[in-house]
Amino acid sequence: MKACVIVFPASNCDRDMKVALEAATGSAVDMVWHRETDLTGYDLVAVPGGFSYGDYLRCGAMAARSPIMAEVIKHANRGGHVLGVCNGFQILCESGLLPGVLMRNANLKFICKDLELTVERNDTAFTNGYTVGQTITFPAAHHDGNYFANSETLKRVEGEGQVAFRYVNNPNGSADDIAGVYNEAGNVLGLMPHPERSVETLLGGLDGKPMFDSLVKTAAA
Amino acid sequence: MKAKVHVTLKNGVLDPQGKAIEHTLHSLGFEGLNQARQGKFIELELAETDPDKAHAQVDEMCKKLLANTVIENYTIDIEG
Repeated sequence: MKACVIVFPASNCDRDMKVALEAATGSAVDMVWHRETDLTGYDLVAVPGGFSYGDYLRCGAMAARSPIMAEVIKHANRGGHVLGVCNGFQILCESGLLPGVLMRNANLKFICKDLELTVERNDTAFTNGYTVGQTITFPAAHHDGNYFANSETLKRVEGEGQVAFRYVNNPNGSADDIAGVYNEAGNVLGLMPHPERSVETLLGGLDGKPMFDSLVKTAAA
Repeated sequence: MKAKVHVTLKNGVLDPQGKAIEHTLHSLGFEGLNQARQGKFIELELAETDPDKAHAQVDEMCKKLLANTVIENYTIDIEG
């Protein structure tokens, strides 16, 4: 699997993502600056966490209009896989690749802790290493993780099986306890908690590893 | 010309920051406050001199960047 990580000004989980992907793929992962305009040849494009553009205007709003995002959208439209984590999830929502939007946490607090999630589907390239209904733990660190969509959109997301993960204990007010969503085709995933920080026992857990192994197994095929 | 853009949360969208402002105003002793909602105000200086064209241009800016219409409404005021 050939993967790359997009880097925006003030991305700060980009190198964690690179380490996780390199451990899973066994090969070098490219870092792609957001001003670049070519993503041909990649199986997976990762949009990392951080505080791109200082969260100015709305979190992810500026990054979603960066030149590279037009290429990320093209990559997704030709069936390539896209993984957005935390700020990456916010950027994918702002770019229109994923439905809904991430708003300020309902309790206004920055949440920095391990969160339990349930796996809703295991028939996608991201989750075939899990079982449906499995509880996994990923660390979360966000101020704007409150997933919101209007009732019509939410109904469609639920109806089409686009919910990827739900919080066991909703920490931020997200609609329907949603922690992560897919696009309709299932090749784009965004989630607030960090699978890339959960690939080393030394750092607190291995629950993120099956996601990257799953991608290696299926995303290149 | 100058354009003034107000971006506000749609009705029914939870506004925890507005709620916090409301609570603090209450705790400062202000009475009769029913609700506070927080929004954004953006001022733009435009080279365009035709008000209709300026409005159309700013409308495009709102749709593409300034507002997220999933959760926000916007109003545009063009001044000479």
